[in-house]
Amino acid sequence: MTPRSTYQRLLGYAGWFVVILILAFLILPAAVVTIAAFNDKAILSFPPQAWSWRWFERALAYPDFRTGFQNGLIVTAWSSSIALVIGAMFAFVIDRYQFALKRAIEGILVSPLVIPHFTVGLGFLILAAQIGWSRGFAVVVACHVVLVLPFVLRSVYVSLRNLDSSYELAAASLGATPLRVLLTITVPLLLPGLVSGWLFAAILSFNEFTASLFVTSQRTQTLPVAMYNYVREFADPSMAALSVMYIVATAVLIAFANRFLGLGKVLNIEQSY
Amino acid sequence: MATRTTSEDAAVTFDGVSKNFGDVKALDHVSLAIGRGEFMTLLGPSGCGKTTLLKLAAGFLAPDSGTVAIDGKCVNDVPTYKREIGMMFQNYALFPHMSVAENIAYGLKTRHVPRHDIRRRVAEALDLVKLTGMEDRKPRQLSGGQQQRVALARALVINPTVLLLDEPFSALDKNLRASMQIELREIQRKLALTTIFVTHDQSEALSLSDRMAVMSEGKIRQLGTPLEIYRRPGDRFVASFVGDTNCLRGELLSVAGLEAVIALGGAQIKALATHLLDTRASSLVDLFVRPERLRISAPGEPGSMIGQIVTQTYQGGHVDLQIACRACSDNLLMVRSAGDLAMTHWPPGTEVGISIDAEGCTAFPLP
Repeated sequence: MTPRSTYQRLLGYAGWFVVILILAFLILPAAVVTIAAFNDKAILSFPPQAWSWRWFERALAYPDFRTGFQNGLIVTAWSSSIALVIGAMFAFVIDRYQFALKRAIEGILVSPLVIPHFTVGLGFLILAAQIGWSRGFAVVVACHVVLVLPFVLRSVYVSLRNLDSSYELAAASLGATPLRVLLTITVPLLLPGLVSGWLFAAILSFNEFTASLFVTSQRTQTLPVAMYNYVREFADPSMAALSVMYIVATAVLIAFANRFLGLGKVLNIEQSY
Repeated sequence: MATRTTSEDAAVTFDGVSKNFGDVKALDHVSLAIGRGEFMTLLGPSGCGKTTLLKLAAGFLAPDSGTVAIDGKCVNDVPTYKREIGMMFQNYALFPHMSVAENIAYGLKTRHVPRHDIRRRVAEALDLVKLTGMEDRKPRQLSGGQQQRVALARALVINPTVLLLDEPFSALDKNLRASMQIELREIQRKLALTTIFVTHDQSEALSLSDRMAVMSEGKIRQLGTPLEIYRRPGDRFVASFVGDTNCLRGELLSVAGLEAVIALGGAQIKALATHLLDTRASSLVDLFVRPERLRISAPGEPGSMIGQIVTQTYQGGHVDLQIACRACSDNLLMVRSAGDLAMTHWPPGTEVGISIDAEGCTAFPLP
């Protein structure tokens, strides 16, 4: 082995320094917010002088946050589940069949990635007013379905591509009808992809703000919208406390998925089997 | 010649079957009848159409023209799941989310076999492939050989009309492959199960088959028992694809009845004239000789050619010698010498005589 020159060693240290700097930069906002959440004072300042849990208590007790959280759960559950069904069906059709306009349909399905969220929100607002749809949950859910569909579609499509077709052929050779093959072979083997698609959609939907601002009403406002309305009036650390709870909840959810399905599988970064 | 299997007593019949993929003719009017209980091998290089033919039998593909019949009934419009076939895949395709027992029971559940019968038949199938006690393992916890046994058990447990095997041994190491081949053949004989076996490995085809069809470019080039194919290859392709062979260029001296005389570097060789009946005397012909049909003798012995040993390859039971020989346009000849005496007798550089055993020769006119 040749001895490393001073130059190479310095380059190595510099590399590590840059990596640490980037990681620190990524964590920085969350870290600042977390620390600010424990500030005893009623202002969002950093670093805090005294510590307390009271903003957590206030955030949990604030009625708008409570209903926003419940609304968010309702919207998220419906929109990600509906998007999963629609997205899985489209992914299946696009993967398995050749037909005219396939590219065009694929393009339309992923177009919400290109169209800004406020455009989608505004569109749904105008549409709902036009057809006399009251601004209830249906509009919010419909809007969120459109926004998260591309992600679900992508996730299921990738797992379908990775699925070895010989499993399905083997099942057919053993006498399984196409429906039976779908239910006993295809869907179980796609489960990690379906779960990851759903989870991704759920997190996106629960976090969605821009479009939600347009389509929610006082009665249906989701947590991010409630937080926005709150921050327009108050500037105390209960926002930060809420953020911390948010982070913890999401981490628990992902840890749960990891425990039962393997995070690698859920995020499609590992070969499923 | 092979006994012809007529379509009445055939388990599987392909009649004038063609299949194109775009501009590629994967199968070109192929007809083949496979008898009940017969072990039929489809042998050929990749892209020869052997796998396509198997997929037609399985119903994974439909023929463009011609008919596929199983048990005397045309199955062109019968989907795979109604065909009563057992199939073993190259990668075994064991369902990863099911245990060994669940994998084997799958085909019984689709047939709505009562639960206690399923348990009994799964146990019997596991016994047949010597995997009793492995019921609850998942496929990924099994070795390659064990996975293959499960795949076999899963295909056999449904008592299929025909067993389809798609290169099932290619993923196994050499020793395991040999023992699995023997075991598969024993089970197949015991159950008298019609089997179509696809492989590109000619030694596998020779050792396992009742009959084999050698395929290339979408056509069956020759159909026959392994012995017929090896000893009497029907054309140049079969002669060079099945088994090792030497191709020597000679001159046709005369054809008398079924015997041709060919001049080869001063020696005169007698060979079967089957493929030379239309060839004029004094034209050039190619003589295909198996390496074990060449014998090393003292240089200068009458009727022999002169050559020089280039390399020796020790194979345990025999030695393969590469010999440079002027009489065969400087091509290297491969000579297979039984035992290991050749290692000490003929080191590289030795001058030797080579004589040809006429029994093992097949001559073809130039292409």
